[in-house]
Amino acid sequence: MVRDMAAILNLNTPAHVIHFWVIQITLANLLVIILMIVVFALAILLPFPRHDHDQGSSS
Amino acid sequence: MSRAERKREDQRYRKWTGAYRPYDLIKEATIAFAVVLAMTFALTILLSSPDDPPVTMRSWSHAAPADFLSVAASELDGSSGTAGYGPPYNSAADGQHMLFIYPAKWLGVAHPIDTTRDFVIGPLRLLSGESGVQSALGTWESASPVQQSAWTTAYTNALAKATTNADGSVTVPAGSYGPVGTMMDALLAQAQSGGLDGALLTSNQFYNTDYTKILMMIQDDNGAGGYFNTRAQAEHLIGSPQWGMMNETGSFPGQVWLWLYTFWYQINPFSSSTNADLLVITLMGVLSLALILVPFLPGIRSIPRWIPIYKLIWRDHYRSTRRTQPEAGVSSS
Amino acid sequence: MSATSPPARKSWTVTVREKAVAALPPETMFPDGQPAYMSSWIYVFGVLSLASLAILLLTGTILALKGPMWWHDDSIGHFFNSLHMWAVELFFFFMVIHLWGKYWMAAWRGGRARVWMTGAITFVIAIPCALTGYVSQQNFDAQWISTQAKDAMNAAGIGSFFNLMNFGQMYSWHILLFPVMVVGVVVAHVLLVRHHGIVPPFALDDQRFAAGGAPEPSAQAHATHAQPTGDGASGDGGIPASPAPSGTEREQ
Repeated sequence: MVRDMAAILNLNTPAHVIHFWVIQITLANLLVIILMIVVFALAILLPFPRHDHDQGSSS
Repeated sequence: MSRAERKREDQRYRKWTGAYRPYDLIKEATIAFAVVLAMTFALTILLSSPDDPPVTMRSWSHAAPADFLSVAASELDGSSGTAGYGPPYNSAADGQHMLFIYPAKWLGVAHPIDTTRDFVIGPLRLLSGESGVQSALGTWESASPVQQSAWTTAYTNALAKATTNADGSVTVPAGSYGPVGTMMDALLAQAQSGGLDGALLTSNQFYNTDYTKILMMIQDDNGAGGYFNTRAQAEHLIGSPQWGMMNETGSFPGQVWLWLYTFWYQINPFSSSTNADLLVITLMGVLSLALILVPFLPGIRSIPRWIPIYKLIWRDHYRSTRRTQPEAGVSSS
Repeated sequence: MSATSPPARKSWTVTVREKAVAALPPETMFPDGQPAYMSSWIYVFGVLSLASLAILLLTGTILALKGPMWWHDDSIGHFFNSLHMWAVELFFFFMVIHLWGKYWMAAWRGGRARVWMTGAITFVIAIPCALTGYVSQQNFDAQWISTQAKDAMNAAGIGSFFNLMNFGQMYSWHILLFPVMVVGVVVAHVLLVRHHGIVPPFALDDQRFAAGGAPEPSAQAHATHAQPTGDGASGDGGIPASPAPSGTEREQ
């Protein structure tokens, strides 16, 4: 059998599946989707650092 | 927007002639690479990746010998899923269609499989030293199709009452199965020794990388919840129906980007259609083309204008533009 | 080496060179300035997607160097297999957020339709590329995916020449044919981005983009630092004002 570098968290366990309406989705996949939406929102909302050189420019 | 207006707008946004600020492209790319590399390493060290061992004829026949025999009998009498699949494996059916279009049928039998010969007779013929098996094969091949069918039907019915012994063999209640009992016992022993894996991988050349035949037998299910399907069900790879295609074994994230593809299988008309695969893949082909052609699709291309998320993205620019050009006449909403 | 005097008939090489340099002059290929309106974290997702792709290619190369048994038999092999798998998740993660951002910016404006199209084509090609990877794992997951997805391939007739259960074929597509396609389209995408520049913001008077709409702005923006293109004349912070329908088009 494979000598595995053991992961810190073992994900080789049965998945949790969430059901609502016709949708069945594993917890891992749902977390990925939620994370994408959160990261997208943060990317748009978080202020972007401005540089000193921009002072005095028209924008 | 009229075509002339659209053309004017197109010209308007071609070039930015306003302010720039210093920017280091290579540095940004290097930082991005380092960040993503660090994330990849972090995820690997924290979570690793799955590597569930594959099903083999040997593991299947040891773990579920009665199930193995049930599938083997269906391959012998041509009642298995593979035997009745149609193109590209055989001509037993027409394959899926949409209106008058039969793509599988038109493309033909590209990977021919004769389940009786390829999954049972052929491998058993390799046991040339076992005279009992060869004699049973002779009896089978000289019998009429009606007689053969009677034997396999009786055997399959008896399998439901079979008992699995400690040594992995299966005892079927007495009945008139002709040579089928001997053939199935031999195939089971061959599988449990590992010989069937090799036999199903051989072709007319030494090197072979094509696992079609062995995989088709492994995935055949008599509708009784076969070994392969049961294992997939335990890993949530099936879903009901088809959500499983987004999933990975264990609790790992899978192929989330397949969400729309698998979604169509859940709703009518796809969920009740025997041509669901062809319908869904065609629909997704059309939607993929639409995604590529978004700039040309009326309505779709205007949604960003109507739902102004862009005002959040460019709020710094709008704020500073209003500061320096108060008479610019730009609307504030 | 160029001729010391202009040739009577232009050589193919000179023609290609001049077209290439005209489309992508060095200061466009390697700019040291960016438009001042690029002031949002959403802009990093393109380069994050590129970085993920680079890591996929690197880890994939190492996996290919050692061959398919390595990631089962050896713990370092399995480690690189894990790196490759998580790079796939990150690639799609960043690429889709990049797509969302570009959609809401309507980034195809101003003649940039091909930029959008090459990006969308990359996404569409990446999906079967991932599929061929999944069926090349040579584990239970690969067995399951290949035997299930074969039904969709067969239904569409594709299964007759693209056999998910043929490991040799799928591995070849995964480590060569699809990566070449993905990289080719991504290179075209990046070069088009460099050529066209990043799409300017919507001018806010766009909401009333009809005949006799927003008045022309009177102030001029002044440029700072490197300007790869443009002559400095501008309306709304660098975007020409919407000309009246009967007026002359402003030169770009």
